Amino acid sequence: MVAAGPNRIDPYLIPALDGVAYGLLVFVAASGLVFCFGVANILNLAHGMLYAIGGYTAAALLDGGWASLALALAVGVLAAAAAGVLLAGLLTPVATGNHLTQALLTFGVALAGGSLLVAGFGPDDPRVRVPAALDGSVVVAGHRYAAYRLVFIVVAAVISAALYLVVRRTRAGMLVRAAVDDPEMVACMGVSPTRIRAGVLAAAGALAGAAGVLGAPIIGPGTDTADTVLLLSLVVVVLGGLGSMAGTLLAALAIGEIQTLGVALLPSAAPFLLFAAMAAVLAVRARGLATRWRTT
Amino acid sequence: MTPLLDARDVQVRYGSLAALAGVDLSIHDGQRHALIGPNGAGKTTLLNVIAGATRPQRGTVVFGGRDVGRLGPAARARRGINRIHQRPAVFSTLTATENVVVAALPRVIPQRRWRPGGRRRAAQHRAGPLLEQMGLADVASVPAGHLAHGQRRQLEIAMALAGRPRLLLLDEPAAGLSATEVGRLVELLRALPRAVAVLLVEHRLDLVYALADTVTVLRDGQRLAAGTPDEIRTSPLVRQAYADGVA
Amino acid sequence: MRNEVIRWGRGGVAALVLVGLVVAPWVVDDYTTAILARTLALALVGVSVALLTGVAGMPTLGQTAPYAAGAYACAVLGSRISDVGVVQVAVAAGAGAALAALTVPLVVHARGVIVLMITLAVGELVVTVLGRWRSVTGGTDGLAGIPAVRPFWGLPVLATDQARYLYTLVVAATLVGAVLLLLRTRAGLLLRAGRDDETRLRASGHRVPLLVSGAHVAAGAIAGAAGSLLVVAQQYISPADFGFDTSALLLLGVVIGGTASVGGALVGAALVIAARDWLFGVLPGHAPLVLGALFVATVYLLPSGVDRARLRPRPTDVPPVHPDRPAVREHAGAAPELRT
Repeated sequence: MVAAGPNRIDPYLIPALDGVAYGLLVFVAASGLVFCFGVANILNLAHGMLYAIGGYTAAALLDGGWASLALALAVGVLAAAAAGVLLAGLLTPVATGNHLTQALLTFGVALAGGSLLVAGFGPDDPRVRVPAALDGSVVVAGHRYAAYRLVFIVVAAVISAALYLVVRRTRAGMLVRAAVDDPEMVACMGVSPTRIRAGVLAAAGALAGAAGVLGAPIIGPGTDTADTVLLLSLVVVVLGGLGSMAGTLLAALAIGEIQTLGVALLPSAAPFLLFAAMAAVLAVRARGLATRWRTT
Repeated sequence: MTPLLDARDVQVRYGSLAALAGVDLSIHDGQRHALIGPNGAGKTTLLNVIAGATRPQRGTVVFGGRDVGRLGPAARARRGINRIHQRPAVFSTLTATENVVVAALPRVIPQRRWRPGGRRRAAQHRAGPLLEQMGLADVASVPAGHLAHGQRRQLEIAMALAGRPRLLLLDEPAAGLSATEVGRLVELLRALPRAVAVLLVEHRLDLVYALADTVTVLRDGQRLAAGTPDEIRTSPLVRQAYADGVA
Repeated sequence: MRNEVIRWGRGGVAALVLVGLVVAPWVVDDYTTAILARTLALALVGVSVALLTGVAGMPTLGQTAPYAAGAYACAVLGSRISDVGVVQVAVAAGAGAALAALTVPLVVHARGVIVLMITLAVGELVVTVLGRWRSVTGGTDGLAGIPAVRPFWGLPVLATDQARYLYTLVVAATLVGAVLLLLRTRAGLLLRAGRDDETRLRASGHRVPLLVSGAHVAAGAIAGAAGSLLVVAQQYISPADFGFDTSALLLLGVVIGGTASVGGALVGAALVIAARDWLFGVLPGHAPLVLGALFVATVYLLPSGVDRARLRPRPTDVPPVHPDRPAVREHAGAAPELRT
């Protein structure tokens, strides 16, 4: 690739790599949202807050050592999963209601939770310290690139692959796929909806928390984090065909590239690129998407 | 004479199960055609195919000389195929009158086309007599959700008639009706204009023999027999099918 | 008889509220008057949310998108074309309708929670564009120094808070009246029928997608017009006016008001917005926490509002009385019915 045209490709290699990192991060964050609406049929507007919990945990605990990263990951995942379970508990009394009330309730939780996070960690965006060993840069095809991001790409790819295997190969994953395809099936299988909700929101919280901790150097904790992550996840889920894992991954990578490479290539069109992506996917896949929506 | 409805070689499969395995059915203008057969024979599926609710994997449906196979239920309704469902489907927050008005709207022709509200007024004019005919005049302004089951069924029949059908599909219209209501239903169906063809799916053979002039017997997604009610009544084949299929 | 009394009572209350709204600017101070004008604009957006959510059965979290389109179109374009309010309202309504029309293909076949997701994504994308398209929208700093408006050709420009408020009130009341009239027509009847049972509406021969698209565009036009009122009321707009918290607040207001009722939506939206403004005034710093808790509490306390929130049911056939086939297959057989 470099030999083919180093001068034309080179300036865009770094943004392109960034795009992969960004895309994988959004994928891990968005997969939790897919579970929420696909399995439990809940639009979880507090999903971005679950990510922010992970982010703030990383900022508070990371001190440059490996041990602190492991600790932050454990604490962040547990805290966000616990927040998910709490949310499921709050949702129980309105379980028989409709999407509207459930969405509004999660929005209230997002508002209150975001406010608590700011109260606890301060209104300024905290600095995140990556492990010292990864703080430098490495050389990729003749360019210097942040070592942390490179490692992040590998780790996030591993998480994504693991997620894929879990959904494809395990019993719980089968249940998830069955539920996304046909929600009534699971209702007929006699699994308590309360337990499903708690499990799904805990899993979504764990994924968002892990993304929040590991992704803190990329989309860092701050007052806008929750909104940004929620928006990106929503766009990715809608573009990805609402429920398909592969589609969500492709959409996440596309969004990542648009946000980095696209902005580098077409700075003047940058504001509209996300919109254009939505329109393009719609034009190409309108029929497929529409049938999915009708049956979902 | 070309038939009003001509369905040929209709095949519908659900996985490995063939709900309809290549069925032919044709109905002429004004014919009263009954479709009978044991549970699982594919009667409702055939009705769904004709109404456009189910798309067959194979086969053609020609209505009024035109292939309607690619049209959805709404477009077919506008061409004159109206139906009533197994469970009465009415608009529960709308009054009985409003229900009939909604059903009448697609096929009313207002007297003065461009006058605002003209279509609605024309539909309103259609609704009154139909409700009366169905014995629903007293509950005309009651929300349909508050009506008794039998009244809802009658309301749905009024709605189907309001759409000026050329072919009326009735999926077990007597289900859940009291004896008086069934009597009224039979009277009403008998009083339908001769131009309206009827395809009736019904379990109660007394009703079938009272209303139909032609009977088709389905079994396991195939046509077992067809003929006049008398022929069907005496056919050993049909008796056998019912003895196997119905407890 | 009882219905008659209730109708009279409702009419009386509405008249009282209207009189109160007309005399309000002479009773309260200028600052409150300006806030009231903004609340009116938001309540009008609430009406468009109710039109979609309650009447047409499409719950929406994205009416801030046409609202923002209307506001920016009015501020950027309208003020260059003409300083006449009527023209600006028309431009804003057109912009809102155009944006809604663009998103029709995304929502026309979607239902329930999916519509919520898509509309929310669209709304957020619009805010993102507003924040980044600096040359036109002024980015996150917003647009200030918007020229004053004269309501009609030959009339003086609106120079005081009172005048701006009364202008907002007149325009909002006119548009609400138009919505109420629309709901009494054939289109309103069909929308309610579609919310009750879409499959049945199709079986009667109605073009449901056309109806849904029409409602979507009409709601966009109303929200767009409300955007032009916001420009007049605030004389300043920024992306922060159109954040998704605004959508959620409006949706809560509409749910409180009973989703399908225009009057209820007006009152509910105004209440919720007023509560937010008041909270941010008295509790700077902790307002989001209290507001969030209020959201949760309201959702718990409002079973009646929730019950009346009739959402479009999953468009599947009801189980048959005498099943020809096992239930699951019946479901599969019904699925193609959703196509038109």
